[in-house]
Amino acid sequence: MLHDSKGTLLRRVTKLAAAVTATAALALTATACGESSTESGGKKNKGVGLAFDVGGRDDHSFNEAAARGTDKAEKELGVKTKEMTAGNNETEETREQRLTSLAKAGYNPVIGVGFNYGKSVNKVAKDFPDTTFGVVDEQSHAKNVVGMTFAENEASYLVGVAAAKKTKTDKVSFIGGVDNALIQKFEAGYVKGVKDTDPKIKVEVDYLYKESDKGFNDPARAKSMAKGMLSRGNDVIYTAAGQSGAGSIEEISKKKGAWAIGVDSDQYRQKGLGKYKDAILTSSVKNVDVAVFELIKSVKDGKPLTGNQTFSLKEKGVSVATSGGFIDDIKDDIDKATEKITSGEVKVPTRP
Amino acid sequence: MSRLKDKFSAQAVLQALAAPALALLAAFALSSAVIMATGKDPFHAFYVMVDFGFKSDSQVWIINKAIPYYLSAAAVAIGFRMNLFNIGVDGQYRVAAFFAAVVGGALALPGVLQIPVIIITAMAVGALWAGIAGVLKTTRGVSEVITTIMLNSIAGSLIGYFLSENKLGVKDGNLFHTPTIPDSGRFFLLPTSPDPIYGTVIIAAVIGLAYWFVLGRTRFGFDLRAVGRSESAASASGVSVRRMVVTSMLLSGAVAGLVGMPTLLNKSFSYGTDFPTGVGFTGIAIALLGRNHPIGMALAALLWGFLERTGIQLEFEGYEQEIVGVMQGVIVLCVVIAYEIVRRVVLRRQQSAVGAELSAQNAPSTESTQAEKAGTTA
Repeated sequence: MLHDSKGTLLRRVTKLAAAVTATAALALTATACGESSTESGGKKNKGVGLAFDVGGRDDHSFNEAAARGTDKAEKELGVKTKEMTAGNNETEETREQRLTSLAKAGYNPVIGVGFNYGKSVNKVAKDFPDTTFGVVDEQSHAKNVVGMTFAENEASYLVGVAAAKKTKTDKVSFIGGVDNALIQKFEAGYVKGVKDTDPKIKVEVDYLYKESDKGFNDPARAKSMAKGMLSRGNDVIYTAAGQSGAGSIEEISKKKGAWAIGVDSDQYRQKGLGKYKDAILTSSVKNVDVAVFELIKSVKDGKPLTGNQTFSLKEKGVSVATSGGFIDDIKDDIDKATEKITSGEVKVPTRP
Repeated sequence: MSRLKDKFSAQAVLQALAAPALALLAAFALSSAVIMATGKDPFHAFYVMVDFGFKSDSQVWIINKAIPYYLSAAAVAIGFRMNLFNIGVDGQYRVAAFFAAVVGGALALPGVLQIPVIIITAMAVGALWAGIAGVLKTTRGVSEVITTIMLNSIAGSLIGYFLSENKLGVKDGNLFHTPTIPDSGRFFLLPTSPDPIYGTVIIAAVIGLAYWFVLGRTRFGFDLRAVGRSESAASASGVSVRRMVVTSMLLSGAVAGLVGMPTLLNKSFSYGTDFPTGVGFTGIAIALLGRNHPIGMALAALLWGFLERTGIQLEFEGYEQEIVGVMQGVIVLCVVIAYEIVRRVVLRRQQSAVGAELSAQNAPSTESTQAEKAGTTA
């Protein structure tokens, strides 16, 4: 295939045929209709346009939390939702197109789930001044964009306290999906929570990928990383890696006495993770659903939110899951730590 | 004159068109089957794709998307033509774009200087990164397939290491990126409506021409293809195979270095954690699809852009998101298989034609003809 052994004649004809086709294609392109796709869209409001990050609606974690917000809005506010999902390795152009399709078709608000949509939401919003846009985990840079950010470091601090209280080997670890500023926030909070509780405990920190978004959607890699950590004696592992987390939770559930800590959603209650729920100590919950619902409601009420909205421990924008009752015995410690954070006595860092 | 006649003889044209027609037909049939298996209507899908894909903003989007794909395919094809499999275009263009972005962000020269400096840096870094694989192959005999894959991984880690706040990156929200390239270092845009076409399309055109000329019309290109066909024959006729391996890896890498330029100089103006990845692998598929031909690869790159553009619209219309990925795979497979089938059919027909001619010549002694014929077909 790489080097063919056809006759020269045939090759020449192929070249000729290719040249003719190319000329025809170019001529076609040059003369093609001048109508742009944005000119043929409807204007009526069709409901909520939701663009998921990689992993999609059923990631049992971050995206699913956003989906719960729209589900609630569908039920309580009677709005319809159109969902689209990002692919791996996609570029700015693709994200811009996805958001444009939603806005153009008349969906309002249009919400990008995940910081990957930061640039594209702010850019596309300028073309649709009458539509409200939302982006989870990123800042707003345009008038009609709502930036919804969370204090993940605070919730991570609390699960760090839980990890420190529950470890028997004095070794706990952290798996991040991608080594970026957002996930470092989880790491920073968790490590601080562990060290503030017991400075002797060792925290092993590792990331699935240095820079690729595959980190949020590669359970196999999370699984093997968790396996390595368990074999080195770590007995509590906190995984902040979207859909990949399912892999490490599965691996941890195989080892008796080891605990997994979930992320973004209350993963004990995730149907897809039901088999492993007895290994899920707690989860650092990011109430993306609350934020998404609030935004949809504000648009529905005709008073759309604007600017940056921060959801911290104080506003219950983030919290710690207690399902399963595994941390009931250390409830006092968690409550004490919560109070210290909300009162400002403890400042949880956002950078490791 | 007779050569020209040969070119247009009905049989030759038929043979040339057989493979693409066969591939297209098979790809359509298989894609339809897949869409039907998901319980959706394939004809409506094709209608949506054509209708949406030919809108003016879609066309601009497709052309802009095709520029890096084409450059990537050209880089891969240079290797293919001499039987080298450069899987490392992905790493090469990322490292190249990263260091070009660092240099571009640190300098503030006038545009006439700034842009060439950025582009030359990218080509040099790309060539260097690919050259490592070339040198390892000629001096230590390590397969370039292995080394280039490894170098991809190393490229990712290297960029990840430097792309943090206190090294070469700046923090911007959740992203890290290199300092932004000043206005003087930005490439022009073609003022098409409603959106502009990236001026870097010129780079792709120049590379396409250079690829055609250097490989098809120069002594160097002849040597390169000769090595690809048969190393021993090439070295017997005085070509230094080692030198050719290193040179073509360097060339391939230099072209790979350009892959990131459309994004860097026309769109992002910095290398960030959100810089496109995986374009090097797309280039392999496009080089296969375009049969290493400068025009074929351009068509393939545009087709790829078309599929990606319309794929999002398909998802919007309720089709599965993965349909387009399936289509892309099906098309590449169909093209590869169709060309191989046509090649074999043509070969068999040529052989039987030769056999028939020989038997006509030696008509009196039937037995010896049989033996000869068996000899030719074997």
